[in-house]
Amino acid sequence: MTEDEFAAYQSLSEETEDHRWAFGTGFTDPLEGIDASVPDGVDAAALTAYCLALGDDALIYSHRLQQWMTRMPELEEETALANIALDLLGQARMLLARAGQAEGRGRREDDLAFFRDEHEFRSVRLAEHTDADFAQLAGRLLVFSAWRLALFGRLAASADPVLAAIAAKGANELAYHRDYAAQWVIRLGDGTPLSHDKMAAALGVIWPLADELFRADPVAARLPGVAADPAELRAEVDAVLDAVLGAATLDRPQGAPLARVAGKAGRDGVHTEPFGYLLAELQSVARAHPDATW
Amino acid sequence: MVTAAGLAAARAVAAAVPDPELPMVTVADLGILRDVATEGERLVVTITPTYSGCPALREIARDLRRRLAASGFAEVDVRTALAPAWSSDWITADGRRKLSAAGIAPPHAAPARSGPVPLTLTLTRREPVACPRCGSADTTRTAAFGATACKALFRCESCREPFEHVKAI
Repeated sequence: MTEDEFAAYQSLSEETEDHRWAFGTGFTDPLEGIDASVPDGVDAAALTAYCLALGDDALIYSHRLQQWMTRMPELEEETALANIALDLLGQARMLLARAGQAEGRGRREDDLAFFRDEHEFRSVRLAEHTDADFAQLAGRLLVFSAWRLALFGRLAASADPVLAAIAAKGANELAYHRDYAAQWVIRLGDGTPLSHDKMAAALGVIWPLADELFRADPVAARLPGVAADPAELRAEVDAVLDAVLGAATLDRPQGAPLARVAGKAGRDGVHTEPFGYLLAELQSVARAHPDATW
Repeated sequence: MVTAAGLAAARAVAAAVPDPELPMVTVADLGILRDVATEGERLVVTITPTYSGCPALREIARDLRRRLAASGFAEVDVRTALAPAWSSDWITADGRRKLSAAGIAPPHAAPARSGPVPLTLTLTRREPVACPRCGSADTTRTAAFGATACKALFRCESCREPFEHVKAI
């Protein structure tokens, strides 16, 4: 090992005041050194809410994937899910940090991730779904990543330069996630009769959660040129799903959208029952030991 | 003031910082180091993350500060640039050679991005990834993801050795 190689490994194990890899342990701002101003004419409150919602989608989805760690049938899939979860967590960190900047009240990514309550989270209900098996995992990831990729492809031209940069970067990652999910849906759908039936059943479970992704969003409506109209994404996502389902010998699932509660759903802070349990797990350490370092 | 010679020296120090995950290449080889400039007395170093969640970026910033301080640059700002997004096309020819020598297959040209991203539905690679050990093009991807965000896993069907491949993005 050369001196430089040794130094690189040594720096990973050194214990210093500003050097730890865990929550609350001196992470720097993921947007450090980036111009934090909100462009003229952009509704800062709406931008805060918009970035929060997209950040929450990624944070909650990432946590659901992390819950699969140590439970995958093969090491390769375990690694894949860990990588996808890490990409989404990185997107969540930047989006929550951007929300904090636009809000202007000094809240940082950790404050937003760990010290908000259930009704303050704006993630779509698809993000919090508990995958009962690998088929649901693959089907849900296909729908989520195809939708998010279509969205980020548009946001890469957002009038908010920070959101545009986060989206352009994330789109490259999401394209990879989508292909991974699509290939599994095809392998299972076009596999044995048993895997076909399981994949079809899984899509039937996921499908009612997809409608929320394309519903009119009053926050996006306040951000012309900055946000994307959810309804615009449907054609691109439909084309992807048709191609994948066709190759997988699966029919497009039927089934009514999951009911809203008094007209409200995830984007309004109204979530399904498992969300509270997920949040408790996600936040318990941070809340038991606020500002802890180790 | 940081002199022109001083700036050149700072650039050389920054460019030599090894990547924490791939210590056989430097941050300059990988295209992570975007700029070294001065603002009055301060040195401003700009880096970009390879992937959104890459935990190595913090370590790189820390290494940059430590090495520049050791070379006499006390006031250093390390800034993150998100745009344009990092591309594996930015890995230098020298960086590709070093990766290959260390048994990691370098990436092909990144797919052009304009309009909706086309789906890849088959497991067959568009371009074969040559084995960095024996050079055979008869290789199989065993996993789309690897031990770090930037790599996938392959196996050579000729020499039977597994190897890593830096993903083209």
